Amino acid sequence: MKNGTIITIENLAKHYPMGGGKFTALSDINLTFSKGEFTGIVGPSGSGKTTMLNIIGSLDTPSEGATNVLGTTSREMTPKVAATLRKKHIGFIFQTYNLMSVYTVYENVEFPLLLLKKSVSERKKAVMDAIQWVGLTDKIKSKPPQLSGGESQRVAIARAMVKRPELVLADEPTANLDAKNSHHILRTMEQLNRELQTTFIFATHDDKVIQYLRRIITLEDGTVASDEIAKQ
Amino acid sequence: MIAFKLAYRNLVGAGLRTFLIVFVLSVAYVLIIFMNGLYQGWEREGKFEMIRWEVGQGQYWEEDYDPYDPITLTDAHAPLPVSLAKATDNGSAAAILITQATVYPEGRMLGIMLKGISAGQQVLAIPTEQFASREDEIPALIGTRFAQSANLNVGDRMLVRWRDVNGTFDATELTIAGIFNSSVPAVDNGQIWISLEKLQQMTGMPGEATLLVMGEHADMPAEVAGWEFKGHDVLFAELDQMIKTKSIGGSVFYLILLALALLAVFDTQVLSIFRRQREIGTYISMGMTRSQVVGLFTTEGAMHAILALLLGAVYGTPLLLYIGSKGLGMPEGTDSFGLAAAQRIMPYYSAALVIGTIILVIVATTIVSYMPSRKIAKMNPTEAIRGRIQ
Ligand SMILES: Nc1ncnc2c1ncn2[C@@H]1O[C@H](COP(=O)(O)OP(=O)(O)O)[C@@H](O)[C@H]1O
Ligand SMILES: [Mg+2]
Repeated sequence: MKNGTIITIENLAKHYPMGGGKFTALSDINLTFSKGEFTGIVGPSGSGKTTMLNIIGSLDTPSEGATNVLGTTSREMTPKVAATLRKKHIGFIFQTYNLMSVYTVYENVEFPLLLLKKSVSERKKAVMDAIQWVGLTDKIKSKPPQLSGGESQRVAIARAMVKRPELVLADEPTANLDAKNSHHILRTMEQLNRELQTTFIFATHDDKVIQYLRRIITLEDGTVASDEIAKQ
Repeated sequence: MIAFKLAYRNLVGAGLRTFLIVFVLSVAYVLIIFMNGLYQGWEREGKFEMIRWEVGQGQYWEEDYDPYDPITLTDAHAPLPVSLAKATDNGSAAAILITQATVYPEGRMLGIMLKGISAGQQVLAIPTEQFASREDEIPALIGTRFAQSANLNVGDRMLVRWRDVNGTFDATELTIAGIFNSSVPAVDNGQIWISLEKLQQMTGMPGEATLLVMGEHADMPAEVAGWEFKGHDVLFAELDQMIKTKSIGGSVFYLILLALALLAVFDTQVLSIFRRQREIGTYISMGMTRSQVVGLFTTEGAMHAILALLLGAVYGTPLLLYIGSKGLGMPEGTDSFGLAAAQRIMPYYSAALVIGTIILVIVATTIVSYMPSRKIAKMNPTEAIRGRIQ
C-alpha cells in the first residue's frame, strides 16, 4: 500500500444468491482510500452503496477480489478479527441512528468504550469530549425517545467518534433529517475530520451531503461510474 | 461484568413486563424454600420427637417381633441378652415387653397393647418414674390421645385381662397414675404402659423383653443372637416415605409457578430477539462478536432470576423468618396418619435448601434465556442492522 493509504479494494465483486442463480450487487471495484479522506459513495437507491460500506466495515465479505482495510486483508478476516477491527478502529453511523433506547445519551456514547474495557476515568473524559463535539452536553441524561432526529444522529456521531477511530462509515446519515439538521451534523463531521484526521466515507444520494464531500465516487448498477475530486 | 450492567439497564428499561416476571419468579423462590422448609422442619421435628418418645438411637427386636402382626406377640419375647444387660441396668437402654390385653373401664371393653417398660430407663420421655408410686396397685401411664378417646382420667381404676406365658387368662386391676402428652401417636393410641417388672410377673416372663430401645450412651453391638438391630433407616422409613409423598404433592404447586415464570422469560427472549435485531446488528457493528451478543441476551434473561432473588429476599426473608420462629399450625387430624406430627411445625431452612433453590432457579432461567438467544449466532449482521430478518 502507498504511504497514507488505509483501504485498498481490488477486483471486488459481491453476489447474492437469488432464485436459482445469483444477483450481482457489486462488480469490478478497484479503489483506494487514504487517511483523512472525506469521501462519498454516491448513487441511486439499489446501486450497491450500502453493500460496499458493509464490506469496507468488515460486516460483510467479498464474493470475489480482495480488500485490505487498515492493514487487515479480506483473507485474514475471520469474524473475530473483523470484530476486533471494528471495535478498535471503525465507527458506524446509520440512517436510522440505531441508538439503544433504554440507555441515556451518556450511556449510548459510553458503550464502545465499555467494549474496549477503558477505565472509568478514561471513559468519562472521552464521553464528555465526544458529547461536547456534537453540542449535546445539556442532554447527557436524556434517553433517545426524548431526542429529535437531529439530536439522535448527533448522539450517533458522538458514539462513532468517542473511541477516536481511524475510519467512520456513515450510511445515509441525513436521510431522515431536515436541511438544517443535515447541515449541522455535516459541519460537525467535517470539523472532526479536520481536527482528528478521521477518515469519513459516506454512502448517500443526498445533495446536501454531496456539497461537503471532497471526493465523490459514483456507483451505477454496482460498478464505479466515476471517481473524482470535488471542486469546492 | 459489562454484560451484567447492560442486561440490568435493558431489563429495567423494559419496565412492567420485567417487574411481573421478576415478581412471579421471586414468589417461586420463596414458595420453594418455604414448602421444602416446612417438610424439612416436619421431618426434623418428627424425627426428634420419635427419638425422644419411641425409637431412641435404634432398637433391638426379639427376632419374632413384627409390629404389624400382633399375633406374633405371643412368641416375641426372650430373656434379655447378656451383652445388652449392662445398658438396661444402668438406664441407657429401655427394655420393653409387649402383650395384648383387654381393659374394662366402667364396664366398657377396650382392646389394648399392654407395654412394660423399665422404670429406671433414661432413654424415652415416657415418665416411667411415676411407676414407683404405690406398692399395692399397678400404676399405669397413658397418652393424652388415648385418654381422650377412651375417656380416661388420672385415678381411674379398671380391670385388665391378659394371657400369661402359657396362654391362660388372668386379670387384675390397674390405676391410671399419669397422662403424658406426646406428639408421637405410636406410644399413645391404644397403649397402656406399666412397669416392666410388673408385666414380667403378670405374664410369667421374668427377665424377658420384646424389644430394647437404645439410648445415646449405650453400646450397640452389631450382632446379638436372637435379636435383630433396627437402625434409624428402618425405624424412620415410614415417616420418610410419608414426607416424601407429601412433598412431591406440594411441589406440583411451585413447579407450575416456576414453569410459568420460565415460559414468560422464554417468550420475552424470543420477542426481544425478534424486535431488537437492529440493536443486535448495532452491537456487532461496534465490535461485539455474535457469541458475545448471545451472552448479553442470555445474561439479560438470566438477570430476571437475579432481580427476583433480590426482590424475594426483601419480602421473603422477613416472611420466612417470621413463620420460622412462630411455626405453622397443622390442621387437626394430621397425626391421624399415625405418624409423628406436632401441633405446630417449625419450618427449617437449611443452607443447602436455600442455596439449592437459588441455583435451581438461576440455572433454569439461564437455560430458557439461552435457548432462544442461540438464534443470534446465526444472524447476518448486515440484515440485522436493517431489521430485515423474519
Ligand atoms: N442480502 C441481500 N440479498 C439479496 N440482495 C441484496 C442483499 N443486500 C442487498 N441486496 C441487493 O443489492 C443491491 C444493492 O443493495 P444496497 O447495497 O443496499 O444498495 P444501496 O445502499 O445503494 O441502496 C440491491 O439491489 C439490493 O436489493
Ligand atoms: Mg443503502
